[in-house]
Amino acid sequence: MENLINIFVKSVFIDNMIFAYFLGMCSYLAVSKTVKTSTGLGIAVIFVLGFTVPLNYLIHNYLLKEGALAWLSPRFADIDLSFLSFIIFIAVIASMVQLVEMIIEKFSPTLYNSLGIFLPLIAVNCAILGGSLFMQQRDYNSIAEATAFGLGSGVGWFLAIVGIAAIREKIRYSNVPAPLKGLGITFIITGLMGIAFMGFMGIKL
Amino acid sequence: MNKEKEPLFSAKNLKLLREPLNDSNPITVQVLGICSALAITVQLKPAIVMALSVAFVMAVANVVISLLRKSIPPRIRIIVQLVVIASLVILVDQILKAFLFEISKQLSVFVGLIITNCIIMGRLEAFALANKPWPSFLDGLGNAAGYGVILIIVAFFRELLGSGTILDYQVIPQGVYNFGYENNGLMILPPMALIVVGIIIWIQRSRNKKLIESN
Repeated sequence: MENLINIFVKSVFIDNMIFAYFLGMCSYLAVSKTVKTSTGLGIAVIFVLGFTVPLNYLIHNYLLKEGALAWLSPRFADIDLSFLSFIIFIAVIASMVQLVEMIIEKFSPTLYNSLGIFLPLIAVNCAILGGSLFMQQRDYNSIAEATAFGLGSGVGWFLAIVGIAAIREKIRYSNVPAPLKGLGITFIITGLMGIAFMGFMGIKL
Repeated sequence: MNKEKEPLFSAKNLKLLREPLNDSNPITVQVLGICSALAITVQLKPAIVMALSVAFVMAVANVVISLLRKSIPPRIRIIVQLVVIASLVILVDQILKAFLFEISKQLSVFVGLIITNCIIMGRLEAFALANKPWPSFLDGLGNAAGYGVILIIVAFFRELLGSGTILDYQVIPQGVYNFGYENNGLMILPPMALIVVGIIIWIQRSRNKKLIESN
């Protein structure tokens, strides 16, 4: 249990998707104009990451990894399908996004309307595929660990986008130099937030 | 038919190559493909390899999609695009693993993330689906070049100031270190990539006033 909390905290603060790996920057920059929509998108990302990472964990460990097919028959023990992982992960993600889209449309039409085009775009949000690829690279031991990592990365992304949206709402009333307005200042603020998040480095429970 | 055909490098086609370098740069103006752009700019070499990989994937994917554009049903176009891109990326990944193993280790998951690089999907959607193969090819190359230029500028400054080297060659002489000069360790850390890009945007927009945003 302690191990799981540790992975969760680590993926929220230290290995934060945005500040440490710049994953999901496109939607992060495009949707962070108001706190309300960015909260919605953040929650959708937590959802999708929380489902896709464990799912891809199972696929990776029981279908794709070297020797993973041994449970089928000992003859398959030396088959290595890991080169297929990109294409399979992205297919799983695309179908999960479709599912989440249908669920949100059914249960919260207002949220669905405010997310608009950005929901389908989660499929090409690098944070989602990045989550699965990091899971594959770091070789987590159990599905519980993979889930903790997926949820943690989602929460980290959520915190980052809500934070920047709040700052951008305030900064509208400040006097930013004209060429820095909009995109430029957002980049610099994200950098500064990243430096602040580095203060969490080395935390271990 | 042959007479009306425009030359391969007509003014219009050249514009496709040139525009993304400045006026519609994919990173600083269209805000596409930032995800993978920043993480691999600590050193110059991986940045160059990344830029070349993206150029290859983008040019080929643009041509393929543009050839298929009349036969792809619009409802499933995203999946078709993803499959084309993913197959090309698998190709690049296997080649890098075979011939440039060290760099492929450094790039780690970011080769795979070319698939979800918004720049590629964005250009396929915005350009290749509506244009002929040759302009699409040029558009792909142009945008990849615009992406690569920013990548290389950022990596150049981060490697120079962060570790005092360029392409692993020591450029800051030892004498300067003896004098008390220190490498700026902050440049190696991820947040500085964002700030460097922010500064590039600042410089570009102060030279090119029409890019300034209203709010």
